[in-house]
Amino acid sequence: MNKPINQSGWKPGTPVASDGSEHPTVTGNKALMLEEALIFEIGGTDTCGVDLPETPTDLPSRLGDFGRKQGTGLPGLSEPETVRHYTRLSRQNYGIDLGFFPLGSCTMKHNPRLNEKVARMPGFADVHPMQPTDTVQGALGAMNELAHWLIELTGMHSVAMSPKAGAHGELCGILCIRAALEARGDARKVVLVPESAHGTNPATAAFAGYATEDIPANKDGRVDLEALKERLGPDVAAVMITNPNTCGLFERDMKAISDAVHEAGGFVYCDGANFNAIMGRVKPGDLGVDAMHINLHKTFSTPHGGGGPGSGPVVLSEALSPFGPLPFTARTDDGYIHLVEEENADEYDHTSAFGRMTAFHGQMGMFSRALTYILSHGADGLRTAAGDAVLNANYILRQLEGDFDAPFAASGPCMHEALFSDEGFAEGFSTLDLAKGLIDEGFHPMTMYFPLVVHGAMLIEPTETESKAGIDQFIMAMKSLGERVKAGDEALKSAPHHAPRARLDEAQAARKPILSWMRDEG
Amino acid sequence: MARYFTEEHEWIEVDGETAIIGITDFAQEQLGDVVFVEVPDTGAEFTKGAEAAVVESVKAASDVYAPIAGTVLEGNSALEDEPELVNTAPEAEGWFFKLTIADKGELEGLMDAKAYKAFCDEL
Repeated sequence: MNKPINQSGWKPGTPVASDGSEHPTVTGNKALMLEEALIFEIGGTDTCGVDLPETPTDLPSRLGDFGRKQGTGLPGLSEPETVRHYTRLSRQNYGIDLGFFPLGSCTMKHNPRLNEKVARMPGFADVHPMQPTDTVQGALGAMNELAHWLIELTGMHSVAMSPKAGAHGELCGILCIRAALEARGDARKVVLVPESAHGTNPATAAFAGYATEDIPANKDGRVDLEALKERLGPDVAAVMITNPNTCGLFERDMKAISDAVHEAGGFVYCDGANFNAIMGRVKPGDLGVDAMHINLHKTFSTPHGGGGPGSGPVVLSEALSPFGPLPFTARTDDGYIHLVEEENADEYDHTSAFGRMTAFHGQMGMFSRALTYILSHGADGLRTAAGDAVLNANYILRQLEGDFDAPFAASGPCMHEALFSDEGFAEGFSTLDLAKGLIDEGFHPMTMYFPLVVHGAMLIEPTETESKAGIDQFIMAMKSLGERVKAGDEALKSAPHHAPRARLDEAQAARKPILSWMRDEG
Repeated sequence: MARYFTEEHEWIEVDGETAIIGITDFAQEQLGDVVFVEVPDTGAEFTKGAEAAVVESVKAASDVYAPIAGTVLEGNSALEDEPELVNTAPEAEGWFFKLTIADKGELEGLMDAKAYKAFCDEL
């Protein structure tokens, strides 16, 4: 029998030891900040949250030996207890609805409430993928219209809507490239990935069966064009480039890169996770891109992980379009939206599809929200959103470049994210210490230790969401923390001091995680 | 016995026909607290520069490369339960794997302790 473990370290009905604060409480609560135990520690297994009618217990079982011999051990909580449990936990959490969430590369932007209103319309929310198409023309029409706008905004030829996340979209794009190469009898083995690309890129290529090779970055933080050209050859299937890249820079040589790759018979995959910085300004199709995924949960303001998987549609060039996956929507002149599946693919001249990415058509809840964002902003609004995101990042870069080392500040304006290193921190002080101090100041930390090309990296992405007043507050906190980390303020080593839990032992949590809760039988 | 170092911050202890390989103190310092190590299986064959092991810290996951070609004699199974050995004793108990050396010529051009220290000082 395993030793029972109380993971919360806190139990109702048991006085807590003083945490050393000036005004300790016996409950562990601090006025509006309430302590909370695990749900198993609140609800007894002998109680039930609902009133069930008395049932005779001597009825013969029709389950035979399959009947459960012991209780389920599930906690019984009343509705108010359950609601309070999750509400209390949510108050110990931090989200974009509470404040600035500057995670670089993750693009945490505001989710407009209009999106939510539209997504809840019964015609979008209460449909089933197996419904006859003539009963879901509205939902299919919205999908088809979103597809149209994604093609229009990227200047590409077609779009595969079904991938359920950015990395899933990457896989879809690489499988299209593989299908196109195999169709011409030219199975190539290698995918080139620059150092400044997202980490999922080499993982995707390897998953699709390719060997991956690095292409170095130049001192500006961009792809080394000459090194890339030198490596191109008849074995290179594709180059995967993140643009804007993870150093927050636009790859100025993109067209030259595409031309060189095409000349060598390969394809260009662009990681479009950072498309929010260039939408309405640059069309990837004009840059020679063959495939690019778009994270609807980043660029088009749908929630991260909200109510199911994300959505990562992939736009395709003319060369790759014949190999795009099924199903997809097609609108005929009579206005009817058809679903193109294996059975009718030949009617739509789409017989080379590499297969499917998902059982059904994609993530409707994300489609309705993204289309709402696009239509409510309009072309000028999307263009402004990208401009504001870039302006906000540059404001942070220039305000803080005197306080922190900004390795690529001399490479010109940044795009949507500002990048700093830990150079100049006092001996023994790290980016982690600064990030923990930022929690005490009431901000979610920025992305840390990524990209890998910068030591102790801090990658800050404000998006267009933040006002100047909000950004100024963040800059003030960062300047103060910069002084403390350079002066070697010991209090930072044990930060956060005001969070519901103090500094956690992250190494121990990763080395010996406790992932199950055992009931205390004693 | 002779000890060599690589620009990838690995050390190679050569004893006759076998070599013990690990990561340097400088490398563990950069990685931070190591939380997981995956060492190669006995009998695995590597060419020079092939990915041989994985080390994961609270900051990042990194590959460890075979600095010379050879066949794995043994991976350090102690790292499975005690990955922190890489932090506490990187150049001793925290070794990663042992190899039979395929080509001693590959040792030429690697750094000695003094050259490696100078290399690190310049970073």
